[in-house]
Amino acid sequence: MSEHHHHDESVPHRHPLRADQDDTLTYWRAMEIAVRELLIDKEITTADEVRREVEAMDNRTPAHGGRVIARAWSDPDFRKLLLEDGNAACEAMGLERGLYKLVAVENTDKVHNVVVCTLCSCYPRFLLGLPPDWYKSRNYRSRVISDPRAVLGEFGTVVGDDAVVRVHDSTADMRYLVVPKRPSGTEGFSESKLAELVTRDAMIGVSFARQP
Amino acid sequence: MNTFRGVHDMGGLPAGEVVASEHDFALWEKRVDALMVLLSRKNLLTVDELRRNIESLGADAYDKMSYYERWIYAITQTLIQRGVVSIDELGRRIAEVQARDDGGN
Repeated sequence: MSEHHHHDESVPHRHPLRADQDDTLTYWRAMEIAVRELLIDKEITTADEVRREVEAMDNRTPAHGGRVIARAWSDPDFRKLLLEDGNAACEAMGLERGLYKLVAVENTDKVHNVVVCTLCSCYPRFLLGLPPDWYKSRNYRSRVISDPRAVLGEFGTVVGDDAVVRVHDSTADMRYLVVPKRPSGTEGFSESKLAELVTRDAMIGVSFARQP
Repeated sequence: MNTFRGVHDMGGLPAGEVVASEHDFALWEKRVDALMVLLSRKNLLTVDELRRNIESLGADAYDKMSYYERWIYAITQTLIQRGVVSIDELGRRIAEVQARDDGGN
């Protein structure tokens, strides 16, 4: 289970593969191969189509979300559009529109937003890529709605008592994106420079945007 | 423990500390994800079918299986339920794959 796979701090940008799964043919891996081959035999898909889909997924990274946030910080009209119609805002930036309704929720001095999917793993994949293991873990899904400040603390994130913490539970049809607070001291930053400050975890709401 | 909850319905229940765990996805996991996306696009799988099949797993299996193991199980169940793939041909092909065992590629 995901809980067993700890982040290796010595390798900040690479994470270990799940042990015993990339080189061992487990029953479930055999099932994946069998199903994929049967779908290819039946001409429902092709090996090339599967490969292209994997590539497309590899290209969906939190950098997309970071561009959206940086634009919202820089352009008041875009910010308004993002908060009113998240999908239209993504489309306006030339990004994927997303298959499901996107709701952007903005952090302010008074409100800190956090996103979860208690039932499974719904996540704005088109803006952030695939969700990390902890997002899908029992501990996060169970506790972030009942004790969000403690869970934020486990990420090293302390929200002051003068702000409320709102937890948003995603559904199969609706995905949330947190618009973090713009860090101080970033006046005059270009959008691309701002985008570098926007982390995946800040867009899930378990941390803040980076200080420059 | 509320006995009316499905095993997946864990919001608000007691649980341990969150460990910021992650791993780079293995190719087979990405392929499972790709199959889900492709089958959805081809109208052979809905997100509700995927979820219903995941959520019908017993508590023990749900907790023992990894995320993408639950997904390939649910995708396969959906294809069987829809008659796209038969249990027989699936069983035969899995046995072939296991006999071949060339590392999964």
